[in-house]
Amino acid sequence: MTDAIAVSGLRKSYGRAVALDGLNLSVATGEVHGFLGPNGSGKTTTIRILLGLLRAGGGSARLLGGDPWTQAAALHRRLAYVPGDVTLWPGLSGGEVIDLLGRLRGSMDASRRAALIELFDLDPTKKARAYSTGNRQKVALISALASDVELLLLDEPTAGLDPLMEAAFRACIEEERKRGRTVLLSSHILSEVEALCDRVTIIRRGRTVESGTLAGLRHLTRTSITAELAGPPAGLDRLPGVHDLDIQGRRVRCQVDDGQIDALLRQLTAVGVRSLTSQPPTLEELFLSHYAGDGAATLPAGEHGGVTA
Amino acid sequence: MSTLAGTSALARLAARRDRIMLPAWIYVLTALVAGTAYSFRKLYPTVAGREQFAAVAARNPALLSLYGPLSGSSIGSLTAWRYGAFAALGAGLMSIFIVVRHTRADEETGRLELVGSAAVGRHAALAAGLLIALSANVALAAVVSAGLIALGLPAAGSISLALAIAGCGLVFTSVAAVTAQVAQTARGARGAAIGVLGAAYLLRAVGDSAGAHGPGWLTWLSPAGWAELIRPFGQVRWWILALPLATAAVAAAAAGVLAARRDYGAGLLAQRPGPARAAGWLRGPLGLAWRLQRGALTGWVIGALAYGAVVGEAAKGIGGLLGSSEIRKILTRMGGEAGVTNAYLAAIMSFSGLIAAGYAVSAVLRLRSEETGARADPLLAAGAGRSSWALGQLVIAAGGTALILAAAGLGAGAGYALRSGSGGSEVVRLVGAGLAQLPAALVLAGVAAVLVGVAPRASVAGGWIALGVVVMMVFLGATLQLSHWILDMSPFTHEPKLPGGTVSAAPLTWLTVIAVALAAAGIAGLRRRDIG
Repeated sequence: MTDAIAVSGLRKSYGRAVALDGLNLSVATGEVHGFLGPNGSGKTTTIRILLGLLRAGGGSARLLGGDPWTQAAALHRRLAYVPGDVTLWPGLSGGEVIDLLGRLRGSMDASRRAALIELFDLDPTKKARAYSTGNRQKVALISALASDVELLLLDEPTAGLDPLMEAAFRACIEEERKRGRTVLLSSHILSEVEALCDRVTIIRRGRTVESGTLAGLRHLTRTSITAELAGPPAGLDRLPGVHDLDIQGRRVRCQVDDGQIDALLRQLTAVGVRSLTSQPPTLEELFLSHYAGDGAATLPAGEHGGVTA
Repeated sequence: MSTLAGTSALARLAARRDRIMLPAWIYVLTALVAGTAYSFRKLYPTVAGREQFAAVAARNPALLSLYGPLSGSSIGSLTAWRYGAFAALGAGLMSIFIVVRHTRADEETGRLELVGSAAVGRHAALAAGLLIALSANVALAAVVSAGLIALGLPAAGSISLALAIAGCGLVFTSVAAVTAQVAQTARGARGAAIGVLGAAYLLRAVGDSAGAHGPGWLTWLSPAGWAELIRPFGQVRWWILALPLATAAVAAAAAGVLAARRDYGAGLLAQRPGPARAAGWLRGPLGLAWRLQRGALTGWVIGALAYGAVVGEAAKGIGGLLGSSEIRKILTRMGGEAGVTNAYLAAIMSFSGLIAAGYAVSAVLRLRSEETGARADPLLAAGAGRSSWALGQLVIAAGGTALILAAAGLGAGAGYALRSGSGGSEVVRLVGAGLAQLPAALVLAGVAAVLVGVAPRASVAGGWIALGVVVMMVFLGATLQLSHWILDMSPFTHEPKLPGGTVSAAPLTWLTVIAVALAAAGIAGLRRRDIG
């Protein structure tokens, strides 16, 4: 099966400002793919190129097996897009917008539309100018989810939703996955990505820095270990691959590279272990480890280490 | 915290944002008035010539309805007569745009929400908008009086005319401040204020052409009428300046009271719910364009009908002056050919063509505002092709323009037929004359379309500048004796003078071909470039 999205070496610049600098992204058909990156790293630019709104400056981009620029309208009937900042026609009601966009895509499931309006608790008779950010986002989401399409392009679709609606959104995406639809989900809510996505791509400054399954990415980083020991430990600081070691009497906290867990555990059991917690790295830690050096991301490291360069 | 806290900071911000637009407005309005004075001085250098001209103009209801009464035969009087009221309405238009731009429009985009959360009082944005409009009108008065005095006109007359123009600007500053509180949207606020402006013009037109036994008092109700009642360059009635000042003060105070009673982002008029399902025809770019434009278009059509009816009704009066060579001369310059009534009606239709071109340009530029407002994205991402998206807006723009021209012709025909007792043939003739203006108006729409496609960033300014240049050529071209190849650049130069003139198919066909070619080039450009 071909990939739903295949982007390689994608470039785009606005004047002298480089937005994309050889970006790679591949999304297999049927998967929910997380698309992560700090603000201004090029996520929205990538999605707008995939939608044929922007012309790529270099590299290649294929969408559902077609060219997003030359075959835009035909491809758009097979996908639905939810922008991060939804702006609607202020004089149209939410119901009108949902129908209009659905009819343009050429497919709209009326019973699904009704169910989604119920689920997201939207008043479709309100004019768009009276909607809050979250309600405008619901309009775009309902229209996208009620359409019978193969691919969903979601650009921070839940930024304005409350936790209840966020849960409803997750349930919908789970359902989409079961139906075999492909989803590209750009998001800053890492718990959402962690809960929903099969694979993630992390980009930074217009380039892909990491791509793979969450489990695969976790192997590249460290596990946190907290242990209560029978006696004071010794020699831990000499072990390779152990970081941020913190010993308080018989209590030990540290981070350990995945390849060195075995050696650390042996050293700990030699002293005697009363309790042990081990946590795989969260996506947040993954994220921060990739963005370290991006200015803002050095702050947390500075808190722990006490000194920043 | 005072409700005016932060006003000066907001006013400085507004001045910074308007640093190009305001001088442009002041320049155009001054050029209109001073250019007219200059051309009258060249055309009628002798007192006798001017007196003959004035004697004719003073007795003619049609001219009175178009321009208002003459208060003397000096160059100053003629200038004030010819464009005093128009300049006053222009100042009103400028003021409406300024006030709405810095109050409701900023609320709608959410900019004011960010600013308002800083130490800024409830009335600060309104006060800043009023302050900028006030400064613009004061500057306009100063520049216009300086320009007229520099042309050698009497100081008292020059200053009183300039103050009359600025006074009308101040009235509409406050009118816009009120509509900005009442309407639900910035577009609505602007539309309502411009509606009041149009009504003021028509009140003045009816009052001025009424004659001794008609409702001449109507002129006293119109802010545009006050500008001429002051009689600049005649026996100046300075006290009349108190009318616009008092009206502006009262309306501004009312706006202040209303502003304290409404919520941020909401008008005083309640929001009505819309349909839960879209109508069957709302299924593509064309349906959407109609859904978006129909409200504004209805306003335009009603305005065109009313305008046509008022000026058409006055056309009968012109028949009695067929013998005057002077009037024939000025009307011929306005664009007519044979028969003074026809010349007058042809001038009305040519004017309607300019108004319709204004709608056409604004409707085409809607494409650009849809794009910059990020509303084009969801549409294009949902499967609308770029060409059909653009075509939808362009078709509505063209159809709407035709509708406005037909309405102006219908109004003029009905008004004229009522007064003259001629039957429905007048109506058909004038609807045809109105529609004959369509190709020229569409060329301007085409210019705007090409700019949106090829030079999107310059499209809004470029589209309106193109219209402004054409308007100036129609109004001042012949009197400024511009060379023929410059006048030929204006599509309206090639329009037949209808009713009365001869129609040849070639220029109309060519104009249509050019308009279509421009639109096609615009769509081709739009298909090639980035959106956003």
